[in-house]
Amino acid sequence: MLKWFHRLGSPKTFFELSSKWHPWLLGLSLLSLVSGVAWALLFVPPDYQQGNSVRIMYIHVPAAILAQSGYMMMAGAAAVFLIWRMKLADMAVAAIAPLGASITFLALVTGAIWGKPTWGTWWVWDARLTSTLVLFFLYVGMIALRSALDRQATAGRACAILALVGVVNLPIIKYSVEWWFTLHQPASFSLTEKPAMPAEMWMPLLLMVIAYYLFFFTALLSRLRNEILDRERDTDWVRKWVAAQ
Amino acid sequence: MNFYLRTLKRDLSIHLRGLSEVINPLVFFVVVISLFPLGLGPSPQQLSEVAPGVIWVAALLATLMSMDLMFRDDFSDGSLEQVVVSGQPLLVFVLAKVTAHWLMSGLPLVLLVPVVGLVMFVDGDSLQAMVVSLLLVSPTLSLLGAIGAALTVSLARGGLLVSILVLPLYVPVLVLATAMVQAAGSEAEIAGYVYWLLAALLASVTLAPLAVAASLRLAVDR
Repeated sequence: MLKWFHRLGSPKTFFELSSKWHPWLLGLSLLSLVSGVAWALLFVPPDYQQGNSVRIMYIHVPAAILAQSGYMMMAGAAAVFLIWRMKLADMAVAAIAPLGASITFLALVTGAIWGKPTWGTWWVWDARLTSTLVLFFLYVGMIALRSALDRQATAGRACAILALVGVVNLPIIKYSVEWWFTLHQPASFSLTEKPAMPAEMWMPLLLMVIAYYLFFFTALLSRLRNEILDRERDTDWVRKWVAAQ
Repeated sequence: MNFYLRTLKRDLSIHLRGLSEVINPLVFFVVVISLFPLGLGPSPQQLSEVAPGVIWVAALLATLMSMDLMFRDDFSDGSLEQVVVSGQPLLVFVLAKVTAHWLMSGLPLVLLVPVVGLVMFVDGDSLQAMVVSLLLVSPTLSLLGAIGAALTVSLARGGLLVSILVLPLYVPVLVLATAMVQAAGSEAEIAGYVYWLLAALLASVTLAPLAVAASLRLAVDR
């Protein structure tokens, strides 16, 4: 198993394997996104308090979950790069940063849109919103550092250090709603307890979360493949691959 | 004398000889705060309400301005490289640098707070809390800022980038400190905040030097 993982670390092997996975991932993610959105918009009953505006939860909550999850993935890849010097891990860090930034932005904007009818305000400086905004700035900082250290040999390790320094913010975001009583509602899902929502509301939510993850991995795979082609452009196999296109 | 004290002494003498570089951020601090009465209007009530936040943000920005003091000169004249390859403990070097920076930039800020507090009509209790909180937090600011300074030391114009990298790390500390000042102003209990700020300081002292040392090694690694 370890040998398989090790072989996966070679950009060439990963590129070849991922060409097979990518169409499946794309198909699955589109299928689940479309069915999830259709379920959320058409078949979920309106909330007794919020009416139909609860439906944006199905866009907002998965985005927020992925924003944090994406940073954990980026930090994990950064740790792998610093410890084992796996080039692919550094490419993963570079690929996740813009994806994470966009999805955090989506979470913030959809949250604001949801907040207006339910709380009466677009924005409030409570713990969860502020720390998610900080998460967005952390992603932007990652992008900024990489572009400033443009192509230098040490760019990868510097960005990896920054990713690990920023990971301290993650527990603060996750537990901020529990530590400080705030306007934002507590988590809908937890690994150990039953959800606080009826089944007809949390099942489409679960589907949307899975759909977002699938879509995230699809986009990540595309970016990674691009990054591989870009960085390995002087190698034989890339030249052959490009010539064959 | 051991390595820590030698580095500290060297840094302090260098800073004291080039005092204009040390004073600039402090002047910036005072000037920025003075802009607020001009922008918001001179009413003492309004100013004393916004004072804790304004003074804190100005302190943060002044600290960021002074980050260049830490590593840039050593990097450009090659002495940083010498320290890294010399085999001396880099963590000790980093701690000495941060101490020198705090003595030259954080501590003067704390001493200036009563002065600017007067200008912004801050009342006694809040002023006391402000001084205490800034005293507790300024080492943390120096430590976290050192991470940004070390990551960008090899860049020619790293100034604004340091702010983007470090301000998200400052946010939790800023929130806690201003909450503490407001609690003090309204006669509430501040012990909890003090403990949290101390915890942040201890976490920074233990963990930040690791990141700084790793970044310095990268910077001289060509």
